[in-house]
Amino acid sequence: MRAFSLAWGQLKSHWAAGDLRVLMLALVLAVTATTSVGFFTDRVESALERQGAMLLGGDLLVSGAKPLADAYRQEAERRRLAATATVEFPSMVVRGERSQLAEIKAVGAGFPLRGELVVSGQVALAGVTPDARPAADIPAPGTVWVEARLATLLDLQVGDQVGVGEREMPVSAILERENSRGGDMFSFAPRLMMNLDDVASTGLIQYGSRVKYQFLVAGDAAEVDRYAAWAKGIADTGERVQDVSDARPEIRSALEKARQFLGLSTMVAVILAIVAMFLASLPHVQRSLDTYAVMRCFGASKALIMKILLWQTFMLGLIGSLLGCLFGYMAQTGLAALAGSLFLEQLPAPGWLPLLSGLSLGLLTMIAVIWPHLASLRDVPAMRILRRDMGNASRVWSGYLPLALLIAAMMFWHAGSVRMGAATLLAFAGLLLLTGLLAMFGNQLLQRLPVSKASAWKLGMAGLKRRPLVAVAQVAGFSLGLMALILLALVRGDLLQNWQASLPADAPNRFIINIQPHQIEGVKAFFAEAGIADAEVFPMVRGRLVAVNGEPLDTTKYEDERARRLAEREFNLSWAANMQADNQMLEGRWWTAAEHGQPLLSLEQDLSETLGLKLGDRLRYDIAGSTLEVTVSSIRKVEWDTMRANFFAVMPPGLLEDYPASYISSFHLPLGRDQALNRLVQDFSNLTVIDVAALMEQVRGIMNRMTYAIQYVFLFSLLAGLALLYAALVASREERLREAMLLRVLGASNRQIVLAGLAEFLCIGMIAALVATLGASALAWYVSVHLINISYQFNLPLALLAFAAASLLVPCAAWLGMRGFLRLSPRKLLQSV
Amino acid sequence: MAVEAIALNKHVSSSDARLTILEHLDLAVPHGERLAIVGRSGSGKSTLLGLLAGLDSPSSGKVLVDGIEISSLDEDGRAAVRGRKMGFVFQSFQLLPSLTALENVILPLQLAGNADAEALAKAALERVGLSQRLSHYPRQLSGGEQQRVAIARALAPKPAILFADEPTGNLDAATGQQIIELLFGLNAEDGTTLILVTHDNSMAAACQRRLQLNAGRLHEMHDEGVAA
Ligand SMILES: Nc1ncnc2c1ncn2[C@@H]1O[C@H](COP(=O)(O)OP(=O)(O)OP(=O)(O)O)[C@@H](O)[C@H]1O
Ligand SMILES: [Mg+2]
Repeated sequence: MRAFSLAWGQLKSHWAAGDLRVLMLALVLAVTATTSVGFFTDRVESALERQGAMLLGGDLLVSGAKPLADAYRQEAERRRLAATATVEFPSMVVRGERSQLAEIKAVGAGFPLRGELVVSGQVALAGVTPDARPAADIPAPGTVWVEARLATLLDLQVGDQVGVGEREMPVSAILERENSRGGDMFSFAPRLMMNLDDVASTGLIQYGSRVKYQFLVAGDAAEVDRYAAWAKGIADTGERVQDVSDARPEIRSALEKARQFLGLSTMVAVILAIVAMFLASLPHVQRSLDTYAVMRCFGASKALIMKILLWQTFMLGLIGSLLGCLFGYMAQTGLAALAGSLFLEQLPAPGWLPLLSGLSLGLLTMIAVIWPHLASLRDVPAMRILRRDMGNASRVWSGYLPLALLIAAMMFWHAGSVRMGAATLLAFAGLLLLTGLLAMFGNQLLQRLPVSKASAWKLGMAGLKRRPLVAVAQVAGFSLGLMALILLALVRGDLLQNWQASLPADAPNRFIINIQPHQIEGVKAFFAEAGIADAEVFPMVRGRLVAVNGEPLDTTKYEDERARRLAEREFNLSWAANMQADNQMLEGRWWTAAEHGQPLLSLEQDLSETLGLKLGDRLRYDIAGSTLEVTVSSIRKVEWDTMRANFFAVMPPGLLEDYPASYISSFHLPLGRDQALNRLVQDFSNLTVIDVAALMEQVRGIMNRMTYAIQYVFLFSLLAGLALLYAALVASREERLREAMLLRVLGASNRQIVLAGLAEFLCIGMIAALVATLGASALAWYVSVHLINISYQFNLPLALLAFAAASLLVPCAAWLGMRGFLRLSPRKLLQSV
Repeated sequence: MAVEAIALNKHVSSSDARLTILEHLDLAVPHGERLAIVGRSGSGKSTLLGLLAGLDSPSSGKVLVDGIEISSLDEDGRAAVRGRKMGFVFQSFQLLPSLTALENVILPLQLAGNADAEALAKAALERVGLSQRLSHYPRQLSGGEQQRVAIARALAPKPAILFADEPTGNLDAATGQQIIELLFGLNAEDGTTLILVTHDNSMAAACQRRLQLNAGRLHEMHDEGVAA
């Protein structure tokens, strides 16, 4: 208790004396950055689930080919979950002479439970619907909504009657968007939506019709989980229970990248803040040495000193972390607001995990920062009171181990992958080494310069010589701070632009599937007519995976629902001579021309991981009744968020050509060319056109908003960089003050002292700026090339500008810092030391 | 004896040379005595004081305080003895800049676990005439005032022995004189043993016994033989 009150009293007075402010600021920054991003990713994750839920239309979906048991509804009611049902079936829709195959969806009240339906009152002219609005309800009984494509095909307007089975019903709205439609992209005709109550009267559902019954529930996450477990238990064969983990790969991929960026920028902020804390702790430690020497002189035991020290560290850490968590929570609200309505609808309260990680980060960092000095502080000899040179902090290298480990842990944690973490760690270590060497080398060089006559310059150089260690530490600190600032200036805009450019305005927005070989010419003619230059047509053969390495495939061995479904589904096998440009080879290699016709296979990474398939595995496919065995020769990474057609499994040419193939194409349909597309579909009625414009808008929306969020997090890095610069300045303030005082007493003029200080800081600034510019350029290169796969352009003028600005920034800041005490008289200075 | 040193040796070795500061030094200070140690600058006065107070340990020889052989105790043991029996006044005051005058005086009392720390500290500051300056920080006080706070801090726990290392060294003559009077006055009231290191002849003259440190040894001094 004595230790506690002593520690608390000291802390208060050190705070009042201003010793702890930078330390505290840096600590709060580190924790704020961590927790705000933690809270935010928490919410993004739930937003991702929500996206999935929107695509399903609910949190959980039970579907089957036969009417679903009423038990599903009763159980949902019992668990107080919102629920609704839908029925889907294909049917011809008739208007006068014309008829068109449509995908009918009859929906129950409350549909969709998640997401929304967007409707308008007229068919879009040139793609613009002035009155599109979220629908307040489902189609009223006796009326239908039709998709714009169906309206065009049948020449329908709102108010027109349309024949559905035995009923004639008026079109009451045009269905502009139905998020829940994303689920099964390759299998639908234009949509007609009606009220579930009208289904029976159409007489369309008879024995043998191809009908999909769906039951949707939504509500509290835990309750939904329990419902899911129950539903899986009672589901019939042929009934499927689907949850939100089936979000579209495009959206998942975009969010994954956003998370990576967020992680990296947080890491930069946190590491800068930790280094700033370390530098800021040095004056505090120095002062504590004197304090503890006096206390030891008056009888304090080592154990007591240690207790005081630990209490202080703990309290500092706790206060800083709590403040950081508080700010983090507030900042996160800002982040979520920036991220926009995408994530704002009724989010669950952010979890406790970020709070916990923030607290432990703050406490651990505080301890790690003090750790190297613990022994010297505890063992400070009382004799220091009589001889100031005794008991100066002697630091052993191993004392820095916890700090180094902590920083390394931060890197791995935020980098999200071992590879990225290791790369960052190496870069950071290399940087520290480089800084140290350059600082030492620069120092040596400066000392050798022909002695100039300018006395201020001489004084400044002498200052550097007197504190080589402090100088090196300062250069390192300045370099890191400056590097963060330069990196932000160099790459922030570029990086984000490039990320967004990965989904350019002319990214494919339509897919055509089910193209038969003899129709390829016709499709190409359409491309020419519609002015589409770069459409590609890919072959596709459907095959079922039946054996792996000679063992028949047993899909029940997959614990994971998604894995089982992937394995049971028919694969779309394609062939290609060259790898698609936006794919990235991870393992193995692409086939050479000589290997065409060899039984090889290139797999997509996520699929191979989910199904546990490795390089060298032999996969046997059943294709239209005959079998084909191929060896996995490469694993690729696919950028799903580019919206281009891509395949999980690709083989070399010369292997699949004899099997029945259909073709698929993705292309960008310019505005107002719908007519040409409709003609194509009328000519070849078997073709299915898929409109992914809405999906693309969603991906684009995520990118846009995440860009804001990332810039916001960059702000933390900026603050942390400035805190670091400031801490590096303050690190030598005490000593500088003492020196200035001495020089003044010896008769130096203010001008001389200022100039000496500026000369010293100019040198430090220049070395730091050089290291920082080089380091930032290297980092920019790494992030560009390895993270977002774009080529990196070294921008020399910008780099030079950054170098010049950084070299000047340090002495300017130093001047601001020195100005205060230089105006004082030597007498005042004497007292303030 | 309050303090006793027997065959005390202290050398320090730097990279190139071995320096003998104290050599076979003997000293006995009875309870209640007021002793002055004088000597040239660099003669080892502060070193000796440090050894007698157990701030440092000798190369060989013994130091006994109230019969306790502190030279054989470890750092913590010596700290405990210091806390119980000794008070200190230094040339450079050694007040903690982040604590107020009152807090500085409270500190040793608190370290000794004294329940009445605040009251005692206030009384001590009262005795040195600073009851108006309790909440001032050292930087807000003049040198003489700072030294008075230091004296209050040294005397507040009622130590048996008071060590003072050139307590007037950083002060002008007039202020120094006031400090001496204060120190001696309080010392006389409390009957404390005082071991004083000084350059100042008048200060030394006011002590019952004067010893001169020279070439690592102590010599009795008589009124005329004051070293420069
Ligand atoms: N730990 C040490 N390392 C090196 N030299 C030391 C050490 N301790 C003391 N000395 C040297 O021993 C000598 C005596 O020092 P000390 O401070 O005791 O002298 P002093 O008599 O108090 O001098 P002053 O009157 O100037 O205060 C000095 O030359 C000092 O440099
Ligand atoms: Mg001395």
